[in-house]
Amino acid sequence: MLPYLLIPLLPFAGFLLVGIFWPYFRGKGHWITVPLVTLSWVFSVRAFMMTLNGPPVHFVLYDWIHSGHFDVSISLMVDHLTATMLVMVSTVSALTHLYTVGYMKDDSGYDRFFAYISLFTFSMDMLLLSDNLLELFIFWEAVGFCSYILIAHWYERKPSWVAANEAFIMNRVGDFGFLLGIFLTYSVFGTLDYQSIFRLIPSHLNDTVQAFSAFHVTTPYSVITVIALLLFVGAVGKSAQLPLHTWLPNAIEGPTPISALIHAATMVTAGIFMIARLSPIYNASPAALHVVAWTGAVTAIVAATIALTQRDIKKIVAYSTMSQLGYMVMACGIGAYGAGIFHLLTHGFFKALLFLGAGSVIHSLSGEQDVFRMGGLSKYMKITFVTMLLGALALSGIPPFAGFYSKDLILSMAFHDGAFGHILWMIGIVTAALTAFYTFRLVFMVFSGKERFSHDGHHGHAPHESPLVMTIPLLVLSLGAIFGGVVGEHYDIVSFLSQNMTVPHFAVRAELSDSTLKLISVVAGGIGIALAYLFYGRPSNIPELLARGFRPFFKLSQNKWYFEEIYDHVFTRPTIFISFLMWKELDKGVIDMAVNGVASLCQNSGATLKRLQTGQLQNYALVMALGLFGMVSLFLFMK
Amino acid sequence: MTFLSIPILTFLIFFPIAGALLLLPFMKIQGSEKTVRWLALALTVVEFLLSLNLLLGMHAGSYRMQFNEDRPWIPFANIHYSLGVDGISIVLIIMTTLLLPMCVLTSWKGISTRVPEFMMTLLILEGLMVGVFEATDFVLFYVFWEAMLIPMYLIIGVWGGPNRLYATMKFFLYTLAGSLLLLIVIVSLYFVGGHTFNIVELMGQHYSKAFQEFAFLGFFVAFAVKVPMFPFHTWLPDAHVEAPTAGSVILASVMLKMGAYGFLRFSLPMFPQASHFFTALIFGLSITGIVWGALMALAQEDMKKLIAYSSVSHMGFVTLGIFVFNSQGLEGALLQMINHGVTTGALFLCVGVLYDRTHSRLLSDYGGMAKAMPVFSTMLVIFSLSSLGLPGLNSFIGEFLVLLGTFRSHMALGIMATTGVILAALYMLYLLSRVVWGVYTPRDWSLPDLNRYEWASLLPLLILVIWIGVQPNPILSLLHASVSHLIGQVQGGVPLASIR
Repeated sequence: MLPYLLIPLLPFAGFLLVGIFWPYFRGKGHWITVPLVTLSWVFSVRAFMMTLNGPPVHFVLYDWIHSGHFDVSISLMVDHLTATMLVMVSTVSALTHLYTVGYMKDDSGYDRFFAYISLFTFSMDMLLLSDNLLELFIFWEAVGFCSYILIAHWYERKPSWVAANEAFIMNRVGDFGFLLGIFLTYSVFGTLDYQSIFRLIPSHLNDTVQAFSAFHVTTPYSVITVIALLLFVGAVGKSAQLPLHTWLPNAIEGPTPISALIHAATMVTAGIFMIARLSPIYNASPAALHVVAWTGAVTAIVAATIALTQRDIKKIVAYSTMSQLGYMVMACGIGAYGAGIFHLLTHGFFKALLFLGAGSVIHSLSGEQDVFRMGGLSKYMKITFVTMLLGALALSGIPPFAGFYSKDLILSMAFHDGAFGHILWMIGIVTAALTAFYTFRLVFMVFSGKERFSHDGHHGHAPHESPLVMTIPLLVLSLGAIFGGVVGEHYDIVSFLSQNMTVPHFAVRAELSDSTLKLISVVAGGIGIALAYLFYGRPSNIPELLARGFRPFFKLSQNKWYFEEIYDHVFTRPTIFISFLMWKELDKGVIDMAVNGVASLCQNSGATLKRLQTGQLQNYALVMALGLFGMVSLFLFMK
Repeated sequence: MTFLSIPILTFLIFFPIAGALLLLPFMKIQGSEKTVRWLALALTVVEFLLSLNLLLGMHAGSYRMQFNEDRPWIPFANIHYSLGVDGISIVLIIMTTLLLPMCVLTSWKGISTRVPEFMMTLLILEGLMVGVFEATDFVLFYVFWEAMLIPMYLIIGVWGGPNRLYATMKFFLYTLAGSLLLLIVIVSLYFVGGHTFNIVELMGQHYSKAFQEFAFLGFFVAFAVKVPMFPFHTWLPDAHVEAPTAGSVILASVMLKMGAYGFLRFSLPMFPQASHFFTALIFGLSITGIVWGALMALAQEDMKKLIAYSSVSHMGFVTLGIFVFNSQGLEGALLQMINHGVTTGALFLCVGVLYDRTHSRLLSDYGGMAKAMPVFSTMLVIFSLSSLGLPGLNSFIGEFLVLLGTFRSHMALGIMATTGVILAALYMLYLLSRVVWGVYTPRDWSLPDLNRYEWASLLPLLILVIWIGVQPNPILSLLHASVSHLIGQVQGGVPLASIR
């Protein structure tokens, strides 16, 4: 039990030590956190070895919430899925820790940063290890909190904390659905333990739910479908799927190591993991799976079209993450959970590589992020160039690099998936071409061509290769980007991952994707790269001509389909406006006015009535006489 | 259990009051402020430690009133001085005694005029508040309930802000007016319920539906003002803004709980039919309160008003949970009461920390505190996250249980109430953005980080925030017996399995 427990606890210890005693570290926080995270990596590899041939491990840590029949414990579960994910997360996290030593050198919040990335790692580890829905939810939110605090690391810059708020709130919107999903799951199954829920699914297949029967909406919905969709809302928020995606590209306002962690390992992957973990629920609802698949496909292509025209190096990579997450979600939606997770793993390596490489570029240009002010950097920073090139090839799905195997598997499984499979596959192929195009647009813009940066930069020195603590992680990650796919395919990682998963009965098991499909997707990637070369690899005015010729489309892409503007005008501003209006006009204007009105009514009536007490006997006598007269006449009248 | 041969419950009421008398001579001694502060701190800490004895001596498995005391007080009307506590009241008493030392600590620098008088008022208030949670005789309860208003009136009226007279009159008259209906119902209960004021005996009776409805409404007004439920809440922001920090802490953490305590202790078990009959009313007001308070909080520029409105929202969860009549709802509501006491108390302490340095509560005067006061900012971030219900911290557990309980009994209501979770993130993050993040522009005030008194007042609450979030069961287990008994009382014939 302890070796498993140490995987999350070691980073947590690092967080506590550095977090509590931060004033004493003075820029030495990495001496605590880096070794601890590395040790945690050792234990996750060990856990992986242990579970290779064994059954899943479960153990209960303690009883957490007990109220009536509601009883939830904090417990750990390690199966193939968890163990594999743990290895990927620990690897990326350990390398990011190391990289941070160089990247964040001289930052005033250096130790704080280390404390929080360790907490981030702990939360993600626990998320992977959790054994029930509520436990998953706590660490789900804990990851969200860590990303919030880390995106806001440079809290003096307004864009940083605005992006942090956006990430937190948008995830909260997703979590609203997640919470309702948990409530409904408990109401139906009476438990939140994964295994118990899975066991009970067959007996609830025909249950229906009528949430708003009070409002005479009586259409019954299959309860499993509703649960699956509510939980999926959480995944949409966390894994940045349409329409809850805008936080992810904006999250690049945080320091680059954090972007690498969020995008590759510790945050956005949680949504995919959750769907794979809950595969029995999703399998029981073909309707929910359709929604999942289409959300993924649409996200993949929309994000790819946005990435085409972005200028910020990190934003391009960020939209590529969103697009690749779309692939993974689509894979889950067609029941190919194993393929989705396989892509998640390979993507984890090459995306961390691309982000850390982008960070290396930004670092050497003293903070420049606009690719239009880069160029010709390959001769200054060879390691960064070569490793990023490998990452780009992997992302573009060029064999034999990692992305090819996993993406191709998803595409060929989509092709064989029922009626809509061909459409999904086509969307996937187009996205693949777009991906290759914008990825190599980035590579050409940054590393080849004219030097468009100003040589006298902020520090007045030429671009330079980053220090070893930063390039070693790049080299290690590029191994993953090269070999991750081959190794995964060779050992049939997909069926290995499926230890606890069930595959929907309607899914076709694409044992061998036929070679034509493979060829088409490679050609798509090749076309993308070729076009990128034509447009950006040599002096050319094609991009400007196209931008002018297809101006509406160019604008649409450049402005990210106007999602942010729409949200701003539909949600943000009206909410603030309404709350001010309600406060001024209703809370103060009506409710409080009524309260004060009662008070002044008493005061005024007192002030008026006190004039009756004149002290003159004649007045009193008159009133008495009138009163007597009145009462007598009333008496006579009544009689 | 006794201390100095005085029964413990009596001791807990009169020890602080006697302590107040001890401070009396210091009013005449010039320059004795320091001594008075230390004495008050010692008294409140001892009171807290003594109240912990209730935990040691109680039978957690029993719903019955424990440590009972009973003496005739006004024999001709059958009025008794009778005290007793169960799991519910013990938890609330300990929360009260825990927060009083924090109030003394936050007044260390914050209160500089009439220090002995202030500390005496605080100590008397503590005794009376403990009395409210202990009384098992309705007249005695009413005496404590009303007497409590006087020291609070003084705290706001004497040591408050510039507009204190308006605020304190509003607070006093509003709650007093509500309480008059309470008195009417208590007297009529005496005649209907067999000439007794004993709460336990009155619970055992069955009342006609018509009487239940009348009595429920009378109680409702008194308690709803105190909670405060929408639309009876407008006295709260005014009172908070004018109150000194200690006053705000007591108001938010303890006094607001008394309304909810009243519903739990009296309305539900005595008038079960009426409670069922009026659930729609309570639900409507609770949900409205949750959303309303959150939206109002979003529009505030004054930190105290923001937190005051957030209390309206949080207390909406409490009343909601009480009236869903199942274990999760009720235990969640109770836990939410504790959590709100801890978290909102801490938030008011944090505002006090800033106010002591700058004499401003306006958000526009702040920004970049993370740079100027890093330790303080960390605390504020954690308490704000607790307030918005981040899992792993205390408030999440209470809110989650309330929402789960609500969802199970009324799905649509559960969905509506859950929107409060999003709204809470909006206004708390708004607060953090304005105060903690951003650039600090130096002004003509100095901003040293927390001093040791402030450390001492915030650290225990910080520990509680994390501890309850990670391990809520010790508190929940104190509540199980009383809550399931309460559910039995209010649900009558409904089979227990369906409400667990």
